[in-house]
Amino acid sequence: MQQVPAVLLLEDGTVFYGKSAGKIGTTAGEICFNTGMTGYQEVFTDPSYFGQLLVATNAHIGNYGTKKTDTESSNIKIAGLICKNFTHQFSRQVADESIQEYFENEELVGICNVDTRAIVRHIRDKGAMNAIISSKTLDLEELKHELKQVPNMDGLELASKVSTKTAYIVGDDDSKYKVAALDFGIKQNILDCFVTRGCQVKVFPAKTNYETLKAWNPDGYFLSNGPGDPAPMDYAIQTAKEILANDHPLFGICLGHQLLALAIGIPTYKMHNGHRGINHPVKNLITGSCEITSQNHGFGVSPDAILANSDKVEVTHRNLNDETIEGIRVKGKNAFSVQYHPEASPGPHDARYLFDFFIEMMEKHKK
Amino acid sequence: MPKDTSIKSVLIIGSGPIIIGQACEFDYSGTQASRSLREEGIEVTLINSNPATIMTDPVTADYIHLLPLTVESIIQVLEERQIDAVLPTMGGQTALNLAIEAGKRGVWEKYNTRLIGVDLDAIEVTENREAFRQLMVKIGLNVAPSFIANSFLEGKEAAQKIGYPLVIRPSYTLGGHGGGFVHKEDEFDEKLRRGLNASPTHEVLVEKAVLGWKEFELELLRDANNNVVIICTVENLDPMGIHTGDSITVAPAMTLSDTAYQQMRNEAIHAMRSLGNFAGGCNIQFSQNPETEELIVIEINPRVSRSSALASKATGYPIAKIAAKLALGYTLDELKNQITKTTSAYFEPTLDYVIVKMPRWNFEKFWGAEDRLGLQMKSVGEVMAIGRTFLEAMQKACQSQENNRAGLGADMKEWIRTDDILDRLERAGADRIYRVKDALRLGIPEKTVHKLTRIDPWFIKQIKRLVKVEDQIQRYNVPEDIPADFFREIKTMGYSDAQIAWLLRIDEAPVTKQRKKLGIRRTYKVVDTCAAEFEAKTPYFYSTFDTENESIPSDKKKIMVLGSGPNRIGQGIEFDYCCVHGILAIKEAGYEAIMVNCNPETVSTDFDVADKLYFEPVYWEHLEEIIDLEKPEGIIVQLGGQTALKLAETFHKKGIKIIGSSFESLDLAEDRGAFSDLLKELEIPYPKYGAADDADEALAIANRVTYPVLVRPSYVLGGQRMRIVINDEELERQVLTIFKHMPNNKVLVDQFLERAKEAEVDAICDGEEVHIMGIMEHIEPAGVHSGDSSAVLPTYSLSENVLNQMKEYTNKLAFALKIKGLINIQFAIKGEKVYVIEANPRASRTTPFIAKAYQIPYLNIATKVMMGTHKLKDFTFDKKLEGYAIKVPVFSFNKFPNVDKSLGPEMKSTGEAIYFIKDLTDPFFRELDKQRSMFLTR
Repeated sequence: MQQVPAVLLLEDGTVFYGKSAGKIGTTAGEICFNTGMTGYQEVFTDPSYFGQLLVATNAHIGNYGTKKTDTESSNIKIAGLICKNFTHQFSRQVADESIQEYFENEELVGICNVDTRAIVRHIRDKGAMNAIISSKTLDLEELKHELKQVPNMDGLELASKVSTKTAYIVGDDDSKYKVAALDFGIKQNILDCFVTRGCQVKVFPAKTNYETLKAWNPDGYFLSNGPGDPAPMDYAIQTAKEILANDHPLFGICLGHQLLALAIGIPTYKMHNGHRGINHPVKNLITGSCEITSQNHGFGVSPDAILANSDKVEVTHRNLNDETIEGIRVKGKNAFSVQYHPEASPGPHDARYLFDFFIEMMEKHKK
Repeated sequence: MPKDTSIKSVLIIGSGPIIIGQACEFDYSGTQASRSLREEGIEVTLINSNPATIMTDPVTADYIHLLPLTVESIIQVLEERQIDAVLPTMGGQTALNLAIEAGKRGVWEKYNTRLIGVDLDAIEVTENREAFRQLMVKIGLNVAPSFIANSFLEGKEAAQKIGYPLVIRPSYTLGGHGGGFVHKEDEFDEKLRRGLNASPTHEVLVEKAVLGWKEFELELLRDANNNVVIICTVENLDPMGIHTGDSITVAPAMTLSDTAYQQMRNEAIHAMRSLGNFAGGCNIQFSQNPETEELIVIEINPRVSRSSALASKATGYPIAKIAAKLALGYTLDELKNQITKTTSAYFEPTLDYVIVKMPRWNFEKFWGAEDRLGLQMKSVGEVMAIGRTFLEAMQKACQSQENNRAGLGADMKEWIRTDDILDRLERAGADRIYRVKDALRLGIPEKTVHKLTRIDPWFIKQIKRLVKVEDQIQRYNVPEDIPADFFREIKTMGYSDAQIAWLLRIDEAPVTKQRKKLGIRRTYKVVDTCAAEFEAKTPYFYSTFDTENESIPSDKKKIMVLGSGPNRIGQGIEFDYCCVHGILAIKEAGYEAIMVNCNPETVSTDFDVADKLYFEPVYWEHLEEIIDLEKPEGIIVQLGGQTALKLAETFHKKGIKIIGSSFESLDLAEDRGAFSDLLKELEIPYPKYGAADDADEALAIANRVTYPVLVRPSYVLGGQRMRIVINDEELERQVLTIFKHMPNNKVLVDQFLERAKEAEVDAICDGEEVHIMGIMEHIEPAGVHSGDSSAVLPTYSLSENVLNQMKEYTNKLAFALKIKGLINIQFAIKGEKVYVIEANPRASRTTPFIAKAYQIPYLNIATKVMMGTHKLKDFTFDKKLEGYAIKVPVFSFNKFPNVDKSLGPEMKSTGEAIYFIKDLTDPFFRELDKQRSMFLTR
């Protein structure tokens, strides 16, 4: 594996030098960190990471190679990788190729041999910001100029960029339930979780309107996860409002959770750092049980607004670390959502029961 | 569910003396649990027979009972005190078995107390192999095909059905005792018989051997609300076939994909929830077929175990502390993460570093023992190392071992004969990891190494990287030639300066000098459970070569304590006891206490004991970097056994202050020649002796001092390779063995005082006054190593005249050696004449024993005297002992069938117990006294 010197430049001028990983080149985006110790390939291909430079905190990345089926979408979605040890020598008998080969084929630029812990501590204190990686040039002035062209994530609509262009169907025609999913960057495993529970899912482009969805005659509606700021997504908020108005069973995950909140008038905000990892503690306030969850979000739902709207909405899940809102239920409606990823992949399967809960909801509604 | 407020007083049961398979990790868990309960305002009573523990110290618990771990002792405690609940999960198998036995005899009921943190039915299921297998099958998990056998015939039938290779696992035994692999039919009968005999219920499981499958271990916490979290996932570098306790293990798992890991996690939680109702720590072992990723469950421990201690140190998550609170009824979401203090205890730690645990063996102590590894645990201790790459952690683990290795090879100790190496790969011994490196260095293909060892190719490829880098290093002649970037790269792979020097065939000093010139210095990172996602409040550090240093020295005056490294025979938990007390005394005296140690089983490496903990090898290069950063006032070397003491010379040469007795004093006591000259000058009798550089000289000395003589290498621990010989022929053989195994060492030949009594003294000297802590008389005659002797405090048969001589000599020696702090002196007594055998200018194995027997905080006092903050006259000594206290050695011989069980000058015991008697008519004492010569070699 050929490695050349590489540089990481942050928006605030902080510089880290390391070595190239993957393709030789330049890439930019918002820098964020993920603390998971397994599941790097699932993270790279998660559409919610679209446009982001990912710092992997795990000491070694690439140990078990890559496998064509361990993906959450058709290709890599992160804009670049930042890691400590980029381990191209792998061991897993069922794997297909090394991480270096995978990155080269997918044309992903990365940087390794940098003090990832120092980077995490820096962005933990300073907050999320844009950054640029290059193994093509080490000229900081040139990179600074290029970094300025990168738009700020706040107010940035990205979901329509990763959404499917045409609707498609997964699952058998004779499935018991039909779920209409709005694709803002849906993860493969969400679809798998529905299908294995006897659902047929039709995945619609992000900007599909309510009438089109309804025409398929689904038993339930699903708002998917996805990248970017939910606030500018008027089209999706409008659709969610109409689904609610007609009281269909509705389930939202991550970005879909934020959209549901916006649809009932609860604003969202950009978090200092966001939650990205597979060890986030969540308490189910209804049952009193706890679950370890997989998370990936940089925006959150306003807790104050929820408190002010307690007639309309109820908090069902809360983060045990920082008390942020993790799940809500719309009072008097068949609608609920969670900020985290019950489908996991990567991450613990503790919250898979939410899919069963949604199916029960559809079943009851059918009757 | 909140805390159960009906519990006001709790009894914690300890694990007793250290034996192989149950070591000081249970001092860690008992101590943490006790402190955790006291935080909740609960009155804690502790029972344990092991005096060398922190848990049995007044700093840890409210009431301490140093009693044998028997039901009778439990009754005695319950008679004396009101105990609301008993926590039996912190003392290993010993405590659990005792709790079960007491339960069967109705003790808990009678005294209206109950067990907490445990479900006896769950224990029963996990201990009974057949019941466990059935439960796993019932809940849909895979286990290896197996049959239970209660008789020889049933065993034979099972073997016929399963085929070879197979495993025999006796029910209800500890550390794989009595179990083993059977590769061929003709080995079966003997191993089956041994297995059946080892099991208290005469029951074994005959199981298909999944040799070569990968092995993983998960540490979990479960609360009363059935919430379960995985604290740590550990991958065994050595695959199935070698006991986990004898395997090199790595955290986090290095070769697990998320799909494979989540399956394991789901099954672990599922299995735990199927096991009755208990709240606390537990662990589960899996085996994975590397080809298909199929999983089977190997075993479950529904209690805090050896691996819990490792997982606690590896992640920073204090498992025992939290487990104790869960036993009180708290749920995980009600508790805080102890490291961040702001986030929840209900979470799964994430690591941004790599942990390597490496066992420490002592095969050289067990003559005749099979020194190959298998199902039965044989290691006596372990080290843990932390690095930012696997190789850095691996090499730091090697540097922590204290077996004169400078890292993973490249240190003059390599093997070069292919056949020998291949044999050691296939039939693993203590040195296998080094042989893997040797094999790769000699060009043996990775595939062959994998085939013979079944070690995952990922680890083999990593080790191969070392071989390649070393080829590159060897192209340079002087350190100045090594490009700065490459130099840094080498260091991030964990190489010590000594290894680089060896590869360049030069001295270490110029390598270190050049490294420092290039600014390649260690930086320190925090172990924080969360990969820096949240701010950590705990000062728990490890070193690496990254850019940012997180360990910012305070402006307080600091004193550094060196720990004693891995447990081994001759140096165990007693020194951790000393270190912990040292730390507390330093804090009390207003200094900042810095601890350096690499033993994950200890209390001294708990992040809330010292003001700052460096989890690092007690190895010069690592220490120097810490000293350069922290600039402590001085270093305490008297508390960490021989490990710390032998570094004194280096500190002295580098101008670093040693707290207490100076290097000259320490050296004088250790240098046999100079010490004997001193004895002569002080008119103190000593056995005639001589130091020899070769066999001829040794023979001459032996004939001069007259046989029998005691032969030994100078500077050793626990009497290693020490023998008593009676003629020229034996002497010659012994001297040659010493020179072969320990070149560059002198051989000491001492006149052996036959039929002499032995006694020892521990004392503290402040330069003006000497305080004799205690005089112990050994029941066994001279010739048995003091660590293997039963020592009685105070003496029981020595005359006033003899005692006076001992006191006089102790005073003379302490002043002459200019001791400031502790000294231990060993005496031989023949008739009425007292000889001095040796003096140890440091805390000895018996200091904790004396402190416990007399109930005086001697280590605290000694540390304050060393620091000079106090004089002996500042303290009052009120010795509270009625009758006698006996220190009884405990052996682990049952781990080594066929081993020579005789006792001699080489120490073999792994632990000790304290036993109090009222007078000499006590039957326990009579029995010891009667047997005193039984095991003597000569």
